[in-house]
Amino acid sequence: MSNRVAIVGTFQSGCEREKRGRHITELVYETVSGLMKKLGMEMSQVDNIVSCSQDFLDGRTISNRTIPEAEGAYLKSEAKLAGDGSQAVFYGMIRILSGKYQNCLVLAHAKMSEGSQNVIANAMFDPIYQRALGLDEIIAAALQARAYMTRYKITPEQTAEAAAKALTSAARNKNVFRGKKISAKQVLASKMLSSPIHELEAFMPADGACALMLASEQQAFKWTKSPVWIAGAGSAIEQYYLGDRDLSSAAALKEAAKRAYKMAGIRHPEKEIDLVELSNYFSFQELMYPEALGLCAPGKGAALLASGKTMADGKLPVNPSGGVLGGNPLCVSGLTRVIEAADQINGEAGNIQVKKPVKIALAQGSYGPAGQSQCVLVLSGDAKVKAKVNSPVRKKGKK
Amino acid sequence: MGEQEKTGVELLDISSPANFPYDYSCGKIGSFFFKALRDQQKFYGRKCSECGKVYIPPRPVCGPCYAPTNEWVEVGPQGVLECFTVVHFSFLDPMTGKKRPVPYGYGLIKLDRADSRIQHFLSESDASRLKVGMRMEAVFNEEREGKLSDIKWFKPVE
Amino acid sequence: MARKAAIIAAGQTYHKSKRRDVNIVELIHEAVKACLEDAQMGPKDIDAVLIGNMEHFEGVYNPDLWAVDATGALMKHALKITTGGTTGASVAHAGYYHVASGLFDCVLCIGWEKQSDGDTTAGLIFQSDPLFERSNMAGAIGTFALAASEYMDRFGISEEQAAKVAVKNRGNAVNNPYAHLRRPVTVQDVLTSPPLAHPIKLLDMCPTSDGACAIIVASEEVARKKSPNKPAWFKALATRHDQPFNSDLPLLINMRTLQSAAKEAYKQAGITNPRKQFDVAEFYEPCTFAELSWYEALGFCELGGGGKLIDSGVTEMTGELPVNPSGGVISTNCIGATAMIRVAEAALQVMGKAGARQVDGVKTALATGFGGSFWTEITILEGN
Repeated sequence: MSNRVAIVGTFQSGCEREKRGRHITELVYETVSGLMKKLGMEMSQVDNIVSCSQDFLDGRTISNRTIPEAEGAYLKSEAKLAGDGSQAVFYGMIRILSGKYQNCLVLAHAKMSEGSQNVIANAMFDPIYQRALGLDEIIAAALQARAYMTRYKITPEQTAEAAAKALTSAARNKNVFRGKKISAKQVLASKMLSSPIHELEAFMPADGACALMLASEQQAFKWTKSPVWIAGAGSAIEQYYLGDRDLSSAAALKEAAKRAYKMAGIRHPEKEIDLVELSNYFSFQELMYPEALGLCAPGKGAALLASGKTMADGKLPVNPSGGVLGGNPLCVSGLTRVIEAADQINGEAGNIQVKKPVKIALAQGSYGPAGQSQCVLVLSGDAKVKAKVNSPVRKKGKK
Repeated sequence: MGEQEKTGVELLDISSPANFPYDYSCGKIGSFFFKALRDQQKFYGRKCSECGKVYIPPRPVCGPCYAPTNEWVEVGPQGVLECFTVVHFSFLDPMTGKKRPVPYGYGLIKLDRADSRIQHFLSESDASRLKVGMRMEAVFNEEREGKLSDIKWFKPVE
Repeated sequence: MARKAAIIAAGQTYHKSKRRDVNIVELIHEAVKACLEDAQMGPKDIDAVLIGNMEHFEGVYNPDLWAVDATGALMKHALKITTGGTTGASVAHAGYYHVASGLFDCVLCIGWEKQSDGDTTAGLIFQSDPLFERSNMAGAIGTFALAASEYMDRFGISEEQAAKVAVKNRGNAVNNPYAHLRRPVTVQDVLTSPPLAHPIKLLDMCPTSDGACAIIVASEEVARKKSPNKPAWFKALATRHDQPFNSDLPLLINMRTLQSAAKEAYKQAGITNPRKQFDVAEFYEPCTFAELSWYEALGFCELGGGGKLIDSGVTEMTGELPVNPSGGVISTNCIGATAMIRVAEAALQVMGKAGARQVDGVKTALATGFGGSFWTEITILEGN
């Protein structure tokens, strides 16, 4: 019976604005077979699969009906988690910890170029009270940005700095398409999408896929000399109606992080975590989320960025990959964060590998309006940092 | 008795004429297949590099072998009708936006040299004149665009 | 199975063709409330909420986000799993995995669908492959008609034999206060009902329903200390979501995914003689012919013997192995909920809480889930 799960291999197919010449099966097959080849693993050795995709993005009710052959699901158990790729990793880990499986292939795909993104995003808002308002992801995020920036007196220049950092880092990341060396001033000169969010501060629809292999403690060393252990995992979800939430703070993220830290035995994240890959769909989130993650005090995210501590050569690098702003689609973006963090631990991040040794890394994913649903994973290259998996998440006094 | 009458409370609905347009990429394999229909009026199946099965619809990988398909094999245009039905219920066809006219024949045909079946309309809509095992032949439309509807239907081979 | 987990409570709505008196989240809430009442628990006892449906039916993207208040998921671990028709079972299985992992004690699992809010056939056609199927597909009805024609041709199954499935299941539904269609039918009624797509007639096919179903999966400690109901332990589960197209293989002739999943589940549960060892079964049969085919794939009879089995009465309420005491899918089909209703009904049978549709002395129950391109989920539950 397993009490620890590790990432034993990762593969990214790279994201592009549009992969028009690729059918979803071709993209997924390239990704999954690429992972299998890298691992030296036969498909018959895979126990089960967790895929991540969305019916609305694929334009296909039962979006995983497109990919059973491409993902190797023949005669296997497969399930589709329709949310963010980071949750698919958490669910894959849960499936192995249940004892029924020894390993789990986790993959995510999206081809946002095939659908009309405003219409799709608008469909996330309930048809009775919200849809007619034309809400979409950007507008919801803009409302949150406004709340956060007002409360803590954050300026547009400060969110633009975060975007400039992200896009400049992304220029060195061969798996994304939007990176370029750019200044905060240039970011602010880009089109205003929904104030206060400028075009270069918002994520862009993209096409891509990626995959990783999880394995139980018993099997991990069969596939790799350097397993990356999932030392902690936590997820939580906030209210749905934007008006019900305190948009100036990321309460669900704080709770998710708390759970992940507890499982990993982390008491001082700002000291114990070596690197963070967070899902910056919007640049202000790179200021807001480190606060919820306990890496700095509330309202101090901009100061943290300005200090240089979170640059790739800083003491606590955040998004050396550039994050989601560099060009990741939904679903894939959270799984990409996990892959980037794991690769950094193993020194396999190529061009964007940070110089300092990375033992403990954090990967965060989200989905829903203004990050309503959040998932945090703490990864460890140190076999001694163990997940406390025998004590359930629920604790007294929980709301 | 409707809910309104039962409870005496007026119930409202909000209509959302949802229009979700999608442009699906055919990819390399799909593009080859549909161009062959459009330009040559020919069917091609895709062969597994390990077990040799010829798949139609074509796909990049053979599920059971998890090996790439690597060869195009011309199949059909004749084949065997392996199952059929005559559809009597009309429904809103999302491809045309109109109600599909009924009755019409619909079946699975295993094209010669293929190992899996293709589904399509049949020219015959009288169930008594259709039999599992009949030989059928594809009829192509004059105007073809590179999609499944370039085939009009399958008709019994005389 | 490494760590034990059991279903300790179930709740569902009274399924109807159109629930105009509630919106989507209110419908879900009814099932959640009924389930919590059955467990004598409140939201504070629940660690995690898992949910699924088929989103294109209602045209709401990520409805789980909207349902946060209705499900009591606020600030909890909450995931959405959507796998088409098998969704309800995928979510129930996810509940098992969550508890068995040791990370969660008490998990609420919900399947639901408000079919009347959208256009079911259009939703089903949107399920088809856009390149190779969509312009021709005739919904689930067309697919079953093709499969049934092949099945009948191969084994000589008759339309009368298929009709007997409807007679049995619709008759059983009279005992199920939650079922959508509760008027019995005769073989003549079925044979003379309007043809949909030969050989499928109106009464051979399931209805479309609005409904929701919820179960609570709990750890051994919670099940033994806090459950007011006799726990229904998970004994085996198996999933096969491995066909992309409906045209590749004969679907009702030794159904590939069902046979393969059954082999795995039976091995896990030590089932060598399903007819003797199962006390009751709840099938996900979207049409009459399917139930006959599945007797064969599940080993209740030999290949091609489905028609003879229904003739023999073995699967009637009074027979050796009752199938679908709830009335099955022929009587109720709220797609996102349906596979979970099968698991919930099997659990109720094990708990002895199935009321007028209870089969005596149930120890081992089988539930099947169906969806997509003839995908399968199997769940085997056992009482102590």
